[in-house]
Amino acid sequence: MFEIAQLSKTFHLHTQQQAEIPVVANVGFAVQPGECVALTGESGSGKSTVLRLIYGNYLAQTGSISVGGTEIVAADPRTILELRRTTLGYVTQFLRVLPRVPTTRVVAEPMIQAGHDATAADKHARDLLRRLRIPETLWDLSPLTFSGGEQQRVNIARGFAYDYPALLLDEPTASLDATNRQTVLDMIDAAKQRGCAIIGIFHDHAAREAVCDREIDVSQFAAA
Amino acid sequence: MQKTPLFSVSDLSKSYGAQLGCRDVSFDLHSGEIMGIVGESGSGKSTLLNCLAGHLAPDRGDVCFDVDGTGLVSTLAMSEPERRLLARTQWAYVHQNPRDGLRMSVSAGGNIGERLMNVGARHYGNIRQDASSWMDRVELSTGRIDDRPATFSGGMQQRLQIARNLVTGPRLVFMDEPTGGLDVSVQARLLDLLRSLVQDLGLSVIIVTHDLAVVRMLAHRMMVMQHGHVVETGLADQVLDDPQHPYTQLLVSSVLQV
Repeated sequence: MFEIAQLSKTFHLHTQQQAEIPVVANVGFAVQPGECVALTGESGSGKSTVLRLIYGNYLAQTGSISVGGTEIVAADPRTILELRRTTLGYVTQFLRVLPRVPTTRVVAEPMIQAGHDATAADKHARDLLRRLRIPETLWDLSPLTFSGGEQQRVNIARGFAYDYPALLLDEPTASLDATNRQTVLDMIDAAKQRGCAIIGIFHDHAAREAVCDREIDVSQFAAA
Repeated sequence: MQKTPLFSVSDLSKSYGAQLGCRDVSFDLHSGEIMGIVGESGSGKSTLLNCLAGHLAPDRGDVCFDVDGTGLVSTLAMSEPERRLLARTQWAYVHQNPRDGLRMSVSAGGNIGERLMNVGARHYGNIRQDASSWMDRVELSTGRIDDRPATFSGGMQQRLQIARNLVTGPRLVFMDEPTGGLDVSVQARLLDLLRSLVQDLGLSVIIVTHDLAVVRMLAHRMMVMQHGHVVETGLADQVLDDPQHPYTQLLVSSVLQV
């Protein structure tokens, strides 16, 4: 599902003394459908950078990233938007939403974007929020006023609302209590069962053990 | 994915004597896409928008639009009446200052109804009905339908301008700093409203703004302008999170964090 070859990324900071910050070089690995791979390595080794490159959020200098047969490097914005709509999901650590939009709508949106009926999407969103123990009294409010843990669970509900064939997870279980953590791990497992290919960053060792089939140490791709 | 664009701009240039407006701008916009154009004052973004919308005649280049789904047609080669019809029916233009887009001496309902009458509506009851439902849609109290916009707040005037523009069901909307000059709380409400309208109606939008947060929240793609030139284009979140051009890096790094 994911095929990455000879990928490298250097930041050129023109406004800060023309600094050049090489982050990763020659990244190469592949992930099969139904497989969950953990990116490991110290803080600053480029784990999040690799996820962002795959999502098209960072621009790669060289190499190739193929997701379900679609090439990301040097793809035009429409191709990436279409890939994000139908194929590739990304659960970040931080929720970024417009003010005033109710939580149910935030969660249902990826499904609606992917062409699902709004009523069905809303019902599914409510099921997910219930499953992740977001109090029902909050569902019609904007998640911007929620606690950190609640926001993260809303973000996870949103990320899992639509059954993407490929998922990127950036610390999906960080700052969750044990019960909610187990729910998220069950959701990841269910996604694998239906054939979803997953690349994730899990600082939580036990979580990594529970769902990941393999680990890739990103520090081996450190740029010289 | 649709193959042919809805709107296509090629090598567009406009200068005012020796003063450069915009130079060699080219891009395509597809149906349902939202393009943000950013840059500081004087970078040529408003000149560009005015050339695109047919308010200014460019010196060079072409602006093409798919009028009836059969392919791109040059809007510059159109006759004046044809272009006006296009601007009234398929396009809309939201001004930064609502006073430029509204008729201040006419009631709120009249402002919306006038656009409908321009495209041939004649039944008073229906026009009033449409005006009322659009006021509701942009979250204006329908009880204010007979009031003049001069009695409205800035945010209300801007929402009225949006209703007036969208009532005729345009496919492409040009927006010039639609949230400029509004209080932050009013901006958030307007952005949320714009986003849901754009999504529900499947509109294509070209939005000029200097506010990067507006681009992040609304736009799919963005274009950065400096001294009349487009210095960077791309996916909105990519340009904002990993800007390549020195000027874009300066813009993005200058945003204050709250």
